[in-house]
Amino acid sequence: MSLLNGITYGLLLFMLSSGLTLIFSMMGILNFAHASFYMLGAYFAYQISTWVGFWPGLLVAPLIVGAVGAAVERYGLRRAHRFGHVAELLFTFGLAFVVEEVVQLIWGKVAVDYRIPAELDGTLFTLFSTDFPIYKGFMMLISVGMLVALYALLTRTRIGLIIQAALTKPDMVEALGHNVPRIFMLVFGGGTALAGLAGVIGGNAFITEPGMAAAVGSIVFVVVVVGGLGSLGGAFVASLLIGCIQTFSVALSISVTDVFALIGVSLPQGSQVARLTITQLAPVLPYLLMVGILIFRPRGLMGARES
Amino acid sequence: MNSAIFPRGRLLLWGGCLAAAIALPLLFKSGFVVSLLCQMGIMVVFALSYNMLLGQTGLLSFGHAVYYGLGAFVTMHALNIVGKDGGPLTTALLPLVGGLAGMLAGVLLGYVTTKKAGTTFAMISLGIGELVAASALMFPGFFGGEGGVSGNRVVGKENLLGLTWGPQVEMYGLIVAWAFLATVAMFALTQTPLGRMANAVRDNPERAEFVGYDTQRVRFLMVILSGLFAGIAGGLSALNYEIITAETLNAHTSGVVLLMTFVGGIGFFYGPIIGAILITVMQIVIGGLTHAWLLYFGLFFLFMVLMAPGGIASVIAVQRNLWLAGLLGRMLPHYLAVALPVLVLLAGLVGLVELSYALLAGEGVGAGDTATRVMTMEFHLNTPGPWLAALGTTALGLLLTRWIGSRAGVAWNAALATLHGDKA
Repeated sequence: MSLLNGITYGLLLFMLSSGLTLIFSMMGILNFAHASFYMLGAYFAYQISTWVGFWPGLLVAPLIVGAVGAAVERYGLRRAHRFGHVAELLFTFGLAFVVEEVVQLIWGKVAVDYRIPAELDGTLFTLFSTDFPIYKGFMMLISVGMLVALYALLTRTRIGLIIQAALTKPDMVEALGHNVPRIFMLVFGGGTALAGLAGVIGGNAFITEPGMAAAVGSIVFVVVVVGGLGSLGGAFVASLLIGCIQTFSVALSISVTDVFALIGVSLPQGSQVARLTITQLAPVLPYLLMVGILIFRPRGLMGARES
Repeated sequence: MNSAIFPRGRLLLWGGCLAAAIALPLLFKSGFVVSLLCQMGIMVVFALSYNMLLGQTGLLSFGHAVYYGLGAFVTMHALNIVGKDGGPLTTALLPLVGGLAGMLAGVLLGYVTTKKAGTTFAMISLGIGELVAASALMFPGFFGGEGGVSGNRVVGKENLLGLTWGPQVEMYGLIVAWAFLATVAMFALTQTPLGRMANAVRDNPERAEFVGYDTQRVRFLMVILSGLFAGIAGGLSALNYEIITAETLNAHTSGVVLLMTFVGGIGFFYGPIIGAILITVMQIVIGGLTHAWLLYFGLFFLFMVLMAPGGIASVIAVQRNLWLAGLLGRMLPHYLAVALPVLVLLAGLVGLVELSYALLAGEGVGAGDTATRVMTMEFHLNTPGPWLAALGTTALGLLLTRWIGSRAGVAWNAALATLHGDKA
C-alpha cells in the first residue's frame, strides 16, 4: 500500500521534474520558480473549480500556467539571458518570491478549500484492509498518460525532433531556419504547463497554500540532481525512488538504534541521535540521498554530463 | 601604513565610514535608530562574507544561512556556558567563537560542496542548507526546538571600562568594532594571493588549473574563510537579539543575504555593504509602512536583475566614470527628466498594489471593510474612483516613462559611446 502511495507521489514529482529537466537541458537554466508554477496551477484550478467545476480546470489551468510561463520567458528570461546564467538563475529566484507574494495577495495566507471532485471521491479497491482512493488512481492515470504523451511528442513528431536537435546544437538548428528563441519559449511554456498540471491534480490531493511551492520546490531539485542533470530517464527513476522513500519512511516507526542493530552496530543509549525514529528522519532523507549521490556519483543516477 | 594596499585616499574613506558609524547613534538618540544600526552592522558582515563566495570566487550559494546560524547557536551556547563566571571581556570575544564554529562548518560542508563549481555547487549548497535546516528541528537539545535558544549578554560583575554591553548603544559599539575589523580583514584578503587566485578560479578555472593551482582547494579555502566571517555575523546577532531560533538556518535567511549582496553589487567590494544597509532600511522602514513590502522587494529585485545586473555599486561606478570624463553634467538634466515620469508610474503602481491589498487582505480601517485609509485619506474600495485614479496614474506614468525614457536613452548611449571612445 505504501508502495502504491509512493508511486503516486513519485509520478507527481516526475511531472514537475520532467519540465524542470527539459528546461534545464535545453536552456541551461535551473528554474527556481518551477514549483511556483506548480502552485499557480493549483490555485488557478481552485479558482476555475469554484466557477465551472473541476473538469474544465483540469484542461484550462495548465494552459494558463503555460501561457504565463511563456510570457515570463519572452519578457523576462530572454532579457536576463544577456547577462549570463547567474542573472537567469537569480531572475527565477526573484520570480518565485514575487509569485508567492502575489498568491498571498490574491488568495490570502491560509490554505484554500480546493477539493477532490465528488465523482472521484471514493474507494477504488481495498487491499490488506486499506482503502485505495479513486483519486490516487486518477492521478496515476494522468501522470502516466502525460509521460507517454511527452515521450511520443519528443521522439515521434517533427517538433520533438527539432527540440531534441536544439538541445544539443542550437546554432545549427538556427542556421537551418528554425526560430530557436521561439522553440525555447515553447519549451519553457510546456515545462511550466506540466508543472501547472501537476499542481491541478496535486493541489487537492495534498494542500493548496502559499507555502506549497517552497515545500515541494527543494524536493524537485533533489530529484533532478539525484537523477542526473538533464536526464529525463534519470528524473523518472529518481522521482519514483524519492516518492517511495518519502512514503515508506513516514510509515516506519523503528528508530535509528534499530537500524544500526540490524547491521550489528549498537549505538550508545540515550543520545539524541539514537532516539530518533525513521519517521522523524523522513524530511531529511532525500537530502541525505542527494549529498550521498553527489559524493559518490556526481553525475547522478543517469546523468550524461557533470556540471 | 601608506602602502599600496592602504593608500591615503582609501584610509580616509575607511576612517570616514568608521567615524560616520560612530557618530550616527550620537546624532539619532532614539532606540529605533540604534537597533536599526545594529542590524545593519550585522548584515554588512554577513553580506560581505557571502560576496567572498559569489563575487570573488563565483560560487552561487543558496545555503549561506547554515554558517551564520551555526555561528549564532554556538555563540549562544558559549554565552550560556560562560554564564556567571565570565565578564564583559569574554562576552565581547564570543563572536570569535561563532566565527570558529562557522569555519568548522565550512571545513565539514565545504569539502562536499566545493567538489564542483557553477550550477552544481548552487544545488548542493541548497541541498545542504535544507538538510541542516531540517535537522535543526530534530535536535531540540542543541537548537532549542520551536522556541529557540535564548541567553543574557550581561554577564559577570566587573566592568570593562564601565561597559556591560547591556544597553543597546554599548552593543552597537561592539558590533561596529567587530564589523570594522571583519571588513578590514575581508578587504585585506582580496589583496592576498589567495584572494587573487579566487578571482582567477571564478573567471577561468581551466587556466587556473593549468597554471598549477588546485581549483577545488581554492574554492574550499574560500568557503572556510567565508564561513568564519558568516559565523562572526551570526555570533553578533546572537549577542544582539539574545535569542536564536531554528528559523535562522532556513532558506529564507540564505535568500535574503543573496538578495542584499546582489542588489548592492557583486562586482565591487563595497557593493554588499550598500546592499545590506539599503535592504535593512527598506525592510524596517517600508516594512513598517505596508504589509506588501515583500512584494515591492521582490519586484525591486527583479527590476535590478533585468536593468542593472551589476547592482547599485556598478551604477555608482558608471556615474563616477562619467563624472571623471566630464560627461555627468550632460546627463543630469536627463536623469531629472526621467525621474518625474518614473515617480508618477511608481505612485500609480503602489496605489494599485495597496488598494488590492486593502481589498483582498482586509487591511485598512478594519478587516473586511470596504474602505481603507492611506495617509489620512480615506478611500472607498467599492467605488471605482480610487481604482480609476490608480490605473490612470499608472498608465500616464507608463506613457511618460516610455516617451521621456527613450530620449534619455539616446543621450545615455551617446554619453557611454563618448566615454568608451575616450578610453580606446
